[in-house]
Formats: sequence, C-alpha cells, structure tokens
Amino acid sequence: MKDDRSNLFHRGEEFVNVLRRGAEFTKEVLQENERLRRRLAEVEEQQQSAARDPHEWAKLRVELLSRITRLEEENRTFRERLSEVEEENRRFADRYVEIEEENNNLANLYVASYQLHSTLDIDEVVKIVIEIVINLIGAEVFGIYLLDDRDQHLKVVAAEGVDRTVLPSCLLGSGELGRAVAAGETMCGDTTRSDDFSKPIVVIPLHVGKRPIGAIALYSLLQQKDGFSALDHELFNVLGGHAATALFASRLYSQSERKLNTIQGFLDLLAQ
Amino acid sequence: MERRRILIVEDSPTMRQLLVFALRRLKHVELVEAQDGMDGLRKVSSDHFDLALIDINMPVMDGLKLISLMRGEESLKDIPIVVITTEGAQEDRDRALKLGANEYLTKPIQANRVLEVARGLLKIE
Repeated sequence: MKDDRSNLFHRGEEFVNVLRRGAEFTKEVLQENERLRRRLAEVEEQQQSAARDPHEWAKLRVELLSRITRLEEENRTFRERLSEVEEENRRFADRYVEIEEENNNLANLYVASYQLHSTLDIDEVVKIVIEIVINLIGAEVFGIYLLDDRDQHLKVVAAEGVDRTVLPSCLLGSGELGRAVAAGETMCGDTTRSDDFSKPIVVIPLHVGKRPIGAIALYSLLQQKDGFSALDHELFNVLGGHAATALFASRLYSQSERKLNTIQGFLDLLAQ
Repeated sequence: MERRRILIVEDSPTMRQLLVFALRRLKHVELVEAQDGMDGLRKVSSDHFDLALIDINMPVMDGLKLISLMRGEESLKDIPIVVITTEGAQEDRDRALKLGANEYLTKPIQANRVLEVARGLLKIE
C-alpha cells in the first residue's frame, strides 16, 4: 500500500517535471520569436530608410555594384584559369600520345635489335631479318644480299614474296644496289612497287664499321603501307648496323666452328 | 581485381615479343606464349584464358585448325579470339572470322591497335 503511494507520488512528480520543461521550452520559443520579429522590423526599417534616403540608397548601390564588379572579375579569372587548365590538359594529352608513340617505336627498335643478337646461327639470323622486314617495316617483296669477298658481287641469300633466283646479283659499286652499298648510305625512293629487280625502292646497306657486307633491298610494300614513317627510317638504321653485325658474327662463327671441327678431326687422326 | 589471362600463339619470336610488349601495358593481365598451334592447344586446354591471339601461318598446327578445334570444344568455345594475318591474306582472314574468330590484326601490327582490340574484347579500360 505504502509502495503504491510512493510510486504514484513519483509518477506525479515526473509529470510535473515534464509540464515544467514544456513551459520552459514554450517560453524560449516565444523569446526567440520575439527576437526574430525585432530583427525583421530592423531590416524592414533599414530597407525603408535606404529607399527613403537617397544617400543611403546610393551607398547601398555603390556597395552592390562594387560587389558585382568583384564577382565578375573573379568569374573572369576563373574562366581564364579554366581555359588555361583546358589548354594544359590538351597539351598533356598530345604529349601523352607522342610519348606513347615514342614508346611503341622504342619497343619495336628494342625487339628488332634484341632478336638480331639472340642467335649465332646464320640461318636463324636471316630468318629474323626477314621477320623484322615483314612485321616491322611492312615489306612484301624483298631480298637479302651478302657480299662475296672473292668476286665483290652482292648475292641473294634469301628473298620473300619472290623466288630468290629471280633477283639478280650485282657488282659492288654498280647499279642502284651496288652503288648504295659502296656509298654506305640508305637509298630510299618512293613507295611504288618496283617490278624491275635492278631498281629497288629501298636499299639498306649492311656495314660493319666501314666494311660493306651486304644489303637488304625492298621492291614492294604491303598494301596498307602508304609511306615510310620516322620509325621506318630508324629501323633501316638498326638493320644497317645490327643486322650487319649479326650476319657477320654468325658467318664468322659458323666458319670458325667448321675450321675447329676440321682441326679436331685432324688431331683425332694424329692421336690414333 | 581479377587477373586476365591472354594466350599468344605465334611462331615468330619477333612477333611474340612485340605482342608481349604491347599487351603488358594492360593492368592485371598475365601473358602466356605458345610457339605453334599444337603448343597453343595444349596450353589453352590445360588452363583458363580470357583471350587468345592466334597467328594463321604456323608450323605443326596452323591458326585456322586451332580456331576450329577451340570453337568445337565446349569449354573453349567462348574464349574471344583475335587472328593475326598479313594484309594480302584476305581469304585466310575471312575463313578465320567464319570459323569464329572475333577480331583480326594485320601485319605490320600497331601496338595501339593491339591494345584497343584486347581492351574491347576483355571489356577493360
């Protein structure tokens, strides 16, 4: 009984507290309302006085105009910065394309020189030269010539797109092929197919130092190839130097191996 | 991100190296090389691949045979295939596309074009 009473009393107190908090909140809301009313009245008064007083109005106008000018200036600066950033962006995009192209070109040159020096087997080297000329330069008909030191003739050792027997040998220093090899300078004509095998469209002389060892002569290009790019000219240089060294080294290697085998055979014979 | 596996079936080491150079610019990609059609078939049958680049002219087993075997095999028939041909080999290219190849690349190959085709078929950026 006593507990029930105490509980009832406690709940009553809680109820009174809630009512008290509600009253305080209402009072606060009323005060805030009053404050806002006063602020509104002040603003209205300010506006009315500005409208009534030409001096105040002019002041306000000047203030607003100066603010507009400042904002317009800011806007112009932002627009200029935006176009600068856009321009910069365009430059970076162009540069990116250039670098990507350079990267591709360097990759092609790397692959070409890497493959050329990957073997000492002369047949393999010739095969690699053929692959490079087809896959990297895009030639359809071409021949690889090596210089025969005994008679100073450039003789075909491999051909693609044409029977190698059709391609004529040529004396060093004579004809377009012989002259280009003797001069050690790449001869590059137009890209029109040449069916006259004494007149190649490109001659890449193969030199080790100043010593001529052969040439690559192109007679026609693949259909989709309509001209020579900067990369093609770089590849001509790579082939002129690296293919020459690779062919020369592999030829020396096979000769020395042959000699070694002969000597070994002779020694074996003596030992018996 | 899940790694994508690309099989390069090409007998020319020069071409293989060029393709590897181009494709390794793709992120999250693993490249596997095969030197002829038979080697390619062995590799593609024993592991999962998301794309295969196949040369047409190869010793032991040519690219057309490999494509036709892949398209006839349930587990391999959905692998996207890119054939590598020369411009003159229009007939081979048409046959490869008819057999089920999805795209083709012509020699001399351009690294950007290789990337574009691979990205398109792998559906990656």
